[in-house]
Amino acid sequence: MAKGRVSIVVERCKACGFCVEFCPSHVLALSSAFNSKGYHPPHVVHPEKCSGCDLCGMYCPDFAICATKIDAKRADPAKGGAK
Amino acid sequence: MPEILNILDNDLGKNLNNDDFNDDDVQNPVEPFLRSDRVPHIWCPGCGIGTTVNSFARALLESKIDLRSLALVSGIGCTGRVAGYVKLDSFHTTHGRAIPFATGLKLANPKLNVVVYSGDGDLSAIGGNHLIHAARRNIDLKVICVNNLIYAMTGGQTAPTTPDHSTTSTNPYGVFEPSFNLPHLVEAAGAVYVARWTMFHVRQLTRAISEAFHKKGFSFIEVISPCPTLYQRRNKLGDGLDAMKDYKAKSKVRNGAPTSEVGMTMTGEIIVGKFVDRERPDYQTMMRAQYADSLGERFVEQSEMVCS
Repeated sequence: MAKGRVSIVVERCKACGFCVEFCPSHVLALSSAFNSKGYHPPHVVHPEKCSGCDLCGMYCPDFAICATKIDAKRADPAKGGAK
Repeated sequence: MPEILNILDNDLGKNLNNDDFNDDDVQNPVEPFLRSDRVPHIWCPGCGIGTTVNSFARALLESKIDLRSLALVSGIGCTGRVAGYVKLDSFHTTHGRAIPFATGLKLANPKLNVVVYSGDGDLSAIGGNHLIHAARRNIDLKVICVNNLIYAMTGGQTAPTTPDHSTTSTNPYGVFEPSFNLPHLVEAAGAVYVARWTMFHVRQLTRAISEAFHKKGFSFIEVISPCPTLYQRRNKLGDGLDAMKDYKAKSKVRNGAPTSEVGMTMTGEIIVGKFVDRERPDYQTMMRAQYADSLGERFVEQSEMVCS
């Protein structure tokens, strides 16, 4: 059960890799797909590990990523991330 | 740069758009502080200035400052662009003159919280004199100095903060002049709050900025930030991510360390922490005290004479 959920604005990303490197639970990896500027934005590879600490959001120089905590009572299992 | 994983093999070569990964109902907590129409910004991939803006916005959130009482002034350079990206009252001044502009702003409207957000070249080179005199007078400004160790926007020339033996475009055989130790400089000049963090220390930086907001007087926060395009590349130090790993490995937290010992070298350890936190009357307090003393009854407090 994931405690948090990552959301990414791929068009802002410049693929510096800070979020991938410093995520404490290694939730992210750089994708092989491109955004319109030719960068490889990160994508979520282990959504179940996300704790919602938002360290990725604090490190992001491009304001492109943030993580939010999932409220356990209100989490909707049908939505992505809250598995 | 981390290895690009081919997990999305079927996505190879595909152009992404925001709908692929994004949850529209989640908003970045710093979004209200940004002029979203101007993002993505011009800073290079791996540059740390965006991260410092991120920490600054989070410090504003934490310290619950009234944004209508806040003004941000920046000079010229990569960091000078911050004034154009934040959704605050902001002004992008001429080169080196961020502190004089901010001084006038603060004196004309003492109720404002004035933040000076600029780079090392702007604040310590062309604006160096203004920096030391603002610290000497203890004007109530919060100065955030993003130190990327080089003049980045103009092409990587040697700055007063460039460490010994590094290579720049104007010193292709190595820098031989001693560099400025900014915390030592501003402490000697009279600043009441002096801290240094690297952009690896996002939480500490956020806390330092919030603390500076509650401090009356000249506060100076130096943020060490990588310049992957000019400094890192020319000195074969890798990209922005390598710089971050370097900061993680080499920085040493020493709160209250004597600032004479915190000078930067190219490959040595980086001493970070809160170095100075002291009390001194600020410029306006001293001015009022002096006038009340010498004019006596004739001194009339003009606190209402402010622009609104």
